Amino acid sequence: MDRHVVGFVDVLRRSGIAVALGSTLDFGRALAEVGAGTRSGVYWAGRATLVRCPEDVSTYDEAFERHWMGGQVGFVEAAEQPTITLLLDVPEDAEVPPVEDGAADSDGDHISVRWSRTEILASRDFADCTADELAELHDLMGSLRLFGATRKCRRLRPAAHRGRPDLRRTVRAALRTGGEPIHRAFSEPGVRPRRLVLLLDVSGSMEPYARALIRFLHAAMVGRRDVEAFALGTRLTRLTRELSTRDPDAALARAAVAVTDWSGGTRLGDGLRVFNDRWGVPGMARGATVVILSDGWDRGEPSVMEEQMGRLHRVAHQVVWVNPLKASPGYAPIARGMAAALPHVDRFVEGHSLDSLRSLAKVLAD
Amino acid sequence: MTGPIDIRAVDSVDGVVSALAAQDYLADEGLATAIFLALRLRRPLLLEGEAGVGKTEVAKALAAWSGGDLIRLQCYEGLDASQAVYEWDYSRQLLHLRAVEAVGVAAGSEVSDITDELYAERFLVRRPLLRSLSSVDGIPPVLLIDEVDRADDEFEAFLLEILSDYAITVPELGTFTAEVPPIVVITSNRTRDVHDALKRRCFYHWVQHPGVEREVEILRVRAPHVPAALAHDVAVVAAELRDMGLYKPPGISETIDWAEALVLIGVDDLDESAFETTIGALLKYREDQDRLRSRGFGDLVGLLRGA
Repeated sequence: MDRHVVGFVDVLRRSGIAVALGSTLDFGRALAEVGAGTRSGVYWAGRATLVRCPEDVSTYDEAFERHWMGGQVGFVEAAEQPTITLLLDVPEDAEVPPVEDGAADSDGDHISVRWSRTEILASRDFADCTADELAELHDLMGSLRLFGATRKCRRLRPAAHRGRPDLRRTVRAALRTGGEPIHRAFSEPGVRPRRLVLLLDVSGSMEPYARALIRFLHAAMVGRRDVEAFALGTRLTRLTRELSTRDPDAALARAAVAVTDWSGGTRLGDGLRVFNDRWGVPGMARGATVVILSDGWDRGEPSVMEEQMGRLHRVAHQVVWVNPLKASPGYAPIARGMAAALPHVDRFVEGHSLDSLRSLAKVLAD
Repeated sequence: MTGPIDIRAVDSVDGVVSALAAQDYLADEGLATAIFLALRLRRPLLLEGEAGVGKTEVAKALAAWSGGDLIRLQCYEGLDASQAVYEWDYSRQLLHLRAVEAVGVAAGSEVSDITDELYAERFLVRRPLLRSLSSVDGIPPVLLIDEVDRADDEFEAFLLEILSDYAITVPELGTFTAEVPPIVVITSNRTRDVHDALKRRCFYHWVQHPGVEREVEILRVRAPHVPAALAHDVAVVAAELRDMGLYKPPGISETIDWAEALVLIGVDDLDESAFETTIGALLKYREDQDRLRSRGFGDLVGLLRGA
C-alpha cells in the first residue's frame, strides 16, 4: 500500500500539484482510517489531504483516474513535464537581463556615470525602446517604490496624549510607581497602506508596452506587501505568486509561462468580470487602490465594460487607469472600451515612459 | 441526545453522515470523509467555498453532536492576541491597586507581591482560543475560526503556532495546555489565499452548492413546513440560477429563506407574481434581479411545468 501512496503522490507532483511530505504521510494515515476498499473512499481521502485549492481538483481527478483506475500507470507524458520549453515565450527577456545584471553587479557606479543617458531613457516611449534599453529601464524601475493611499486599521498603536486610554500600559506603569497610576498611556488606531491591485492588459495592441509594464508590476510587488497583480487578455491570469519572487529574471520568466495569451485578442470587459466575480468584489478590491494598465481597446460589448467598471468602482477606494496612448499628441479616449470605462475612473493618467510611471507613483501616494 | 459524547470515536464515514443527519445537517461523502479524518487524526478542518454553502453550519452540527461547547472566533481585519487569546482585566487591576494602596502600604507589602496579585488567574480574561483549550469531562469544545481570510496574515502565523501544539503561554502565569485538543473548524470565503503552512496542517474540503436532490432533502429537513412539491421547485430554480453566472448565486441559506417566504405569503405553486414579490429573498444584487427579469420569470415557471 505504501508504494501505491508514494506512487500516486509522485503522479500528482508530476502533474503539477505541490504535495508536501507531511501531506503524503497524512494521506497514508487517512487511507488507514477510511480503508482502501472503495474507490470513493480512496478518492476522498486523497482530496482531503493532498488537494488544497479548488483549481487543483480537475488535475487531481485526472491523476487519480490514471493511477488508481487502471489507466496506464505509465508516467506522465514527458512532453508536458519540463517547463523549460515554455521559456521560448520570452527570448528577449530571458537572454538580455543576465548580461545587463552582470554589468551592474561588477561595476555598480557605471549607472550613475551614465546619468544623462538615464534621463533620456526615462522620458523615452517604451514602444521605441530596444531590448537592451528595456532591461536597463527595468533596473531603474526597481528603485520605484509605490506607497499608495493609507487607511486607518483596527490595530492600535501607542500614542502620546490623545486617543483611547491604554489600560494595559497604564497598569504596567503603575506598578513602577508603587501602584499609583501617575503616568497614563494612550493608544490610537494605526495606519496601513491600502491594498494595491494591478491589472495589466497583455493584448496585441498593448504589445509594445506590456513587456515594459510587467517589469513595473514586478517592481511594485517587490517594494511593498499587499499587492496583487493580474494579466488581462483573452483570459484573466493571476500573477501575484509568479511575480512575488525578488529575482526579476525569475519573476518575469515565471510570469511569461503563466500568461498563455500574450498579444492575443482583448476581452477587457469579460476579463474584468472574471476579476470582479472571483476576486475583486468578494474582497480583494474592497477599499483597495485598483490600477488598470491598458489602452482601452476592447472587442467585447462596451455595455459589459461599463457594467464591470461600475461594479469595481463601487467597491474600490480609487480606480486609476493608466493609458500609454494618452501621451500621444491628439489622443482622445474614443476607443469604445475606454469611453465606456471613463465615467468609473477616478484618475486617468499616462504610462508610456519611466517618467510617467514615476508620476503615477506620486499619484498613488496622495 | 443524552450528555456529551466523544465524537472522535466515530468509526466510519457513514457514521459521520448519520450522526450529522441527526443534527439536521446533510453532508455528502466528500465532506463527511474530511470531517471523519479531521476527527480521527485530530487535525483542524479547513472548509472553503462560496458564501452560503453551509460551512459555518458544520461546526454548529459538530458541537450539537458532541454536546460540547461551540466556541466561535469571528475573524476580522486587525484581530489580535488581546481579542483572540487573552487579555488582563485592566480596570479590575487598577481597582485592586487602589485597594492595595489603601490597606497594603501600612502592611508593608512589596511591589513584587502586588505584581503577583495583579497577574493572577482571576484577572485573566479568556478569549476564544484560550477557552478552547479547556475541556469538560474530557469532551473537547468545537472551536470555529470563522472567515479566517478576513484576518491579516500575522494572525494566521500566530494561529499556526497554537494549532500545532494546542498550548498557549501567558508570560505572567505559565503555559496552558489542552488535555484534549479542541475540534477545530476553520472556514474561508477565499477572498485571499490562506497561507500554505496553515493549509498543510489541516484537512481540506471545498464545499460546493448541493445538487437538486440534496437541496430538496436539506429544505425538507431545515424547513419542514415547506410542502414537498414546493421544495422541489425551489431547489430546481436555485440550481438553474446558479448556472446563470450571476454575481451572487443564491446559497443554501437563501433558498431556505426563499422557501419560507413563499410559504409565509401562501404560495403553493410558483408563478410569475410569486417570483416578483419574493425575489428579494433570493437575489440580493439589483443587476442579478434585472438579469432574471430580462430572461423572464415565465421562462423559469415554464421550466418547472415542463419538468
